[in-house]
Amino acid sequence: MTAAPKLDQTADGAISVIKRGLRTTPELVEGLVITVLLGLAVAVGQVTIPIVIQRAIDTGGLTTGNVDIGAVVRLVGVGLVIVLFTALMGFLAKRRLVSRAEASLASLRNQAFNHVHKLSLADHNESQTGVLISRVTSDVDSLGRFMDWGMYSWIVQPIVLLGVFVAMAFYSIPLALIAIATFIPVIPVLVWIQRRMVRAHDRRRTAIGGVLGSFGEAISGAEVVRAYGAEDRTSDRLEEASEERYRAGLQANVYMSGVYVVGDILGSIMLALVLIVGVSQREALDLTVGSLTALVFLTVLSLSPVSELGETLNEAQQAVAGWRKVLNLLDTPIEKLDPEAGSTLPVGPVEVEARNVAFSYRGSDERVLSDVSVTIPSGTRVAIVGETGSGKSTFARLLCRLADPVGGELLLNGVPLQSLSAESRKAVVRLVPQDGFLFNATIGENIAFGREGTTAADIDRALDVLNLADWVDSLPSGLNTEVGDRGSFLSVGERQLVSFARATVANPGLLILDEATSSVDPQTDQALTRALDRLAEGRTLISIAHRLSTAEAADLVLVFDRGRLAEQGSHDELVAAGGIYAGLFEAWTVNN
Amino acid sequence: MVDDEGVGIDAQKPTVGVGLRLVRQLVRPYPLPFAISVFGAALFAAGTVVSAAVLGWVVDEVIVVNFESDASTSTTTNVAAGAAAVVAIGVLRSVGVVLRRYFAGMTAELVEKRTRTGLATQYLKQPLSWLRSVPPGRLMAHVDSDAHVLIHALHPLPFSIGVIFLALFTGISLYLIDPWIVLVAFVLFPVMMVVNSIYSRVVQKPLASVQKGVADIAGVAHESFEGALIVKTLGRQDAEAARFDHATQRLRSSRISVGIIGAVLNAVLRALPQLGVLSVVLLGAYRVRAGAMTPGDIVEVSALFSALVVPLHVFGFLLESLIPTVVAWNRLRPVIEETLPVAPGTAGLAADGPVSVEVRGLRFAYPDAPEDLVLKNLDLSIAPGELVAVVGPTGSGKSTLCAALAGVLDQAEGEILIGGLPIGSLSPTERLAAVTLVFQEPFLFAETIRSNIDLDGKLSDEAVVQAAKVAAIDEWIMSQPDKYATLLGERGVTVSGGQRQRIALARALARNVGLVILDDATSAIDTIIEQQILGHLRSSTDATMLVVANRLSTIDLADRIIYVRDGTVVASGTHDELLKRDDYHDLVMAYAEAEAA
Repeated sequence: MTAAPKLDQTADGAISVIKRGLRTTPELVEGLVITVLLGLAVAVGQVTIPIVIQRAIDTGGLTTGNVDIGAVVRLVGVGLVIVLFTALMGFLAKRRLVSRAEASLASLRNQAFNHVHKLSLADHNESQTGVLISRVTSDVDSLGRFMDWGMYSWIVQPIVLLGVFVAMAFYSIPLALIAIATFIPVIPVLVWIQRRMVRAHDRRRTAIGGVLGSFGEAISGAEVVRAYGAEDRTSDRLEEASEERYRAGLQANVYMSGVYVVGDILGSIMLALVLIVGVSQREALDLTVGSLTALVFLTVLSLSPVSELGETLNEAQQAVAGWRKVLNLLDTPIEKLDPEAGSTLPVGPVEVEARNVAFSYRGSDERVLSDVSVTIPSGTRVAIVGETGSGKSTFARLLCRLADPVGGELLLNGVPLQSLSAESRKAVVRLVPQDGFLFNATIGENIAFGREGTTAADIDRALDVLNLADWVDSLPSGLNTEVGDRGSFLSVGERQLVSFARATVANPGLLILDEATSSVDPQTDQALTRALDRLAEGRTLISIAHRLSTAEAADLVLVFDRGRLAEQGSHDELVAAGGIYAGLFEAWTVNN
Repeated sequence: MVDDEGVGIDAQKPTVGVGLRLVRQLVRPYPLPFAISVFGAALFAAGTVVSAAVLGWVVDEVIVVNFESDASTSTTTNVAAGAAAVVAIGVLRSVGVVLRRYFAGMTAELVEKRTRTGLATQYLKQPLSWLRSVPPGRLMAHVDSDAHVLIHALHPLPFSIGVIFLALFTGISLYLIDPWIVLVAFVLFPVMMVVNSIYSRVVQKPLASVQKGVADIAGVAHESFEGALIVKTLGRQDAEAARFDHATQRLRSSRISVGIIGAVLNAVLRALPQLGVLSVVLLGAYRVRAGAMTPGDIVEVSALFSALVVPLHVFGFLLESLIPTVVAWNRLRPVIEETLPVAPGTAGLAADGPVSVEVRGLRFAYPDAPEDLVLKNLDLSIAPGELVAVVGPTGSGKSTLCAALAGVLDQAEGEILIGGLPIGSLSPTERLAAVTLVFQEPFLFAETIRSNIDLDGKLSDEAVVQAAKVAAIDEWIMSQPDKYATLLGERGVTVSGGQRQRIALARALARNVGLVILDDATSAIDTIIEQQILGHLRSSTDATMLVVANRLSTIDLADRIIYVRDGTVVASGTHDELLKRDDYHDLVMAYAEAEAA
């Protein structure tokens, strides 16, 4: 594989990720004010209990032995109403959050998916498929997991904490200040732990990558492992990777265990301070038994928001990491932009011209193609020959504008490829890839995908042109035969035939064919050759040739070597010239 | 991922009962870390109850006493004692939390590691047919998400067990305060349990559809991204986007159902302890009037009930996460508990050197198509030192034959004798010393070139270099920055198809065995170099060689041709003899076609 471009370059901080994330899916914070107001109601509910207790002590006469039951009943009644009301508000707040969160998750997922299909093929080769899938699945899911439980806490609990402090200040401003002051040292400690945790999680993620890598090798290399008796060696490697994953997990665990403790111990100190100051300065602070009790109770209550935030810190961490990855994907630039109102080309064979075309993958200096110049007259049959890695496939991909050249220009009928409208380009240029990839649908549907608005008559005509009607009729359900996942119910050759039919309904002026390398049986091979001959009629055909007979039958042969167009000419001219092609041909004839 | 048929015959219904039994089974091998984490949870529960008691004591003995009398030295001592007790209990609770979290995490990590070790053993020790009957994506999903989801329920488990202690301690503490107050707890606790269990039952269905939705999304993304090239060339981005959006919206609506059920649970679990406190205040007022309780008692009970919110949430979380844990186990169990094959044979060959090959009535079909025989009663025999070319059309069973001869193909019927002994009776080391197979698709490990040739580090440097020379790859290796220590793969150098095949060839040649099988192992190598390699090979070893050949040049080198069609040997003889057959003639001429680069 050519050096794969990295999709994940930035590792910016959590705040910047959240900012970028909110820009991407503003749904998340739509009507946040209302959610915050509902959160305030929840905070009121939380401080109700200490106030009820304070009132019961001070006005219900609990300490005097002269209990006023009527007053207590009234207090409890009011408390009951508030508790039920705030529970309802809490439910509404969470429901709002759920619907906002799901809207933004769905939007983020769709945006990421659509972006993948807009990426230049330079950022999207086979080795990246797995990574891209995890962007729209597990990475978005990790954000979703946080939104399930954590996000509610992160929005509501700070408000609750604020509410608790406000209630404390209501009873005694100095004691509230003492409580807040005790909280301040928690912040740098938590920041320190959080940094360590990020590093520990990084190590853990890398270790997971190691586990997946070594298991992947053991699975795809299973034949070699067994044929060479490499079981013990492979088992050691797997064991090592699992062990590292275990150690990394334990390390992350240390910080996870520490997070809660900080809040709890400082909370206890806070409580002790409130108690000492409250009792010794009760006259100066104008406290009653009830109000100091309420203050003590409020201090205890202030702990639970902190511990809830600590509980969800891990999820928050992973959510930010997943979010960052998805956002970085969305930030991967789409190099090629289709012109708003592009030029169009008429139906019919196309002349192709390459002027000093050069190409390299993003982030790599290595030229995959350099200085390729050639003119292909319309209606010509061209074969491109060259070793793997010679640049022949890349050249073909550039012609379909799956990526743009980094230098030079490609012209179709004299019109720069980049100025063609997307519609016209799709109508004029058609690539038939090697594997004959089919969608999980019927044969008829797969053919109809060739062009929008394909009718049944178009399909029949295409099958007639390619002489495939008999083959289709021989299938159990004819055109309605299901092809299975990626066309797996059909043989390689049959898949190729369907993709030929698909190309025929599109009626392109320039057909680019990546010849199959996998061998098919002679009968299918014959059928393919005949079908291709008919398909190529009246079009410019460029074949990425894997066999010399294709080159021999072509009007023009382009020989690629290490990213350069080394030779061009007809078969006979090239054989006479005695270059690379002549060498290949000689080796072939010797064997015949 | 896409298919979800992992739930086999003995799959268990994902219920809470099954889940609890499963987690017990999972943690059983790690009693110590698990016990410590439960101890930590119990310590936390005790700390919570004691700290509520201290609060009550502080209200009665510090606040009320101090506020009602004038300050004296004795009460100041009480303040200090109260403050000290509060801090001490905070520390005690924290110790409990640290122990619980760290050791719960360790237990979970140990279970995850154990699961992977189990999978590794199966993946390496099971016969190839077993491994290849499972899609690779699925084998990876077992290692990745299944192993991870399996331990989901282990994190909240000790805390949830701690909830039982909490209920117990709370009950005792309440009883000590006032038996009447216990009544409130008698109502409150069962209600909370019922709420939790209703929740776990109601959420089950939407949760299952969330899991299905996630799998569907992965399926659509997989198909769509694999076919990205064709999606682009056909301009079907919009249609694909619509398809994906459909899956996304379905997942969204089931996730919303789960979320709303969760919102109800959240509201109820937060309100219940508050309602409990209000009842305590009301009931407490009567009891204080009767002189049976103090204001401090009311504060203590209120604090206790308030402290129940988080543990009850965790309990709900445990019930919820038991479901995916059982689902993951249902997927993993058939793999992890699969019985390993019986110990291989122990026989050894009499001597080193070229071996004879004798195949009688070899039959084979892939398990997914048992009626479709790939090898049909195939017979052949090869003399020691002979070079035989196997020729036949695609799908005629050549590669399957090679795998069978190398002993990689299990489940083949019939007899294969290597040096006169049945291949199954050879000990693994003897088999490896007798036969080696080079595959058409060379597989290289992401390690150094040397360790790719050597594999277990048992070969001398000379043997490695000599093999690389015969495979005509030594020169290229020496031109690499780190020579034989050059890393291959993702983090190392990129290697072309021909170079890969040559390194794989060197791996086989370095072993100096009695039978070398080349399964179209030189297909990506330039014809001229291929000739050179085969020439070297012929002169450097007297081993018996079986070569699947697609090129006339290779066929020409062979002493004898075995012509295979439809899984059986149809003819055997020299190339010229066989050319008289029309089908053979057409086939080799078609091959000649394919020799272009």
